Amino acid sequence: MIELAHLQILAAALFSIGLYGVLARRSAVLILMSIELMLNAVNINLIGFAAFVDFGEAQRALGQVLVIFVITIAAAELALAIAIILRLYRNRSSVNVDGLDTLKW
Amino acid sequence: MITPSLVFYYLAAALVIAGGLGVVFTRNIVYAAFALLASLLGVAGVFLLMFAEFLALVQVLIYGGAVVIVVLFSLMLTRIQDFENLTDHRQWPLAAVISIGVFVLLTASVVTTGVRTTTERNSVDFATLGESLFTDWAVPFEVASLVLLVALIGSIVLVRTVGGRD
Repeated sequence: MIELAHLQILAAALFSIGLYGVLARRSAVLILMSIELMLNAVNINLIGFAAFVDFGEAQRALGQVLVIFVITIAAAELALAIAIILRLYRNRSSVNVDGLDTLKW
Repeated sequence: MITPSLVFYYLAAALVIAGGLGVVFTRNIVYAAFALLASLLGVAGVFLLMFAEFLALVQVLIYGGAVVIVVLFSLMLTRIQDFENLTDHRQWPLAAVISIGVFVLLTASVVTTGVRTTTERNSVDFATLGESLFTDWAVPFEVASLVLLVALIGSIVLVRTVGGRD
């Protein structure tokens, strides 16, 4: 029997892996990929709650609708971030985020 | 009790976790992109097991099709050999401690919090989902389309070269 806790722990694990990637990697593209992992962990959680929590019929579709919106925003975010990374690469010939300390006071 | 759905769930979860670890730990950035693809397809498998067929389809199309291709393009347009010496940050032990701490915290809160759940998975059919999306959530849906348009125009403007220079 699959239970809600299975999905929640899977989502927690995927979120932590993505968090490690965001904190530990130095390549901007890899940080972006780790952010996608974290967003997918959130989606797993939403789908788990939509499938298992004791809602009425009308509210049950809400979880899936929210996942659709998350995927949409993730796609928009990815397009903008890739554009920013390409611009960055053109200006600095590197995608190392450690080098981006121009605004540091 | 071991049911076939539980076995498939563990397979999908193993794919998700292995792909995620591959993204975070591999030295080769192209392998990381393919590990991301494996992880996202595993998430699609989890969606299928939760009877969210439409979302599994969307996941394969958008993540498997678009996102991974865009990431691979960005790898090719930036200097790929640069990634070999772009290893982990020297503060990676701190990052490991923080992420393990977050995992322990989330798992503890999952275990100790009781949510009133049903024993069976409940499915939402396409008609209900579509009806909900176009009646209750029609305004957010339109706003999302506007957001996509703005992101599209914004990314074109960002990478545009003006007058042939740079």
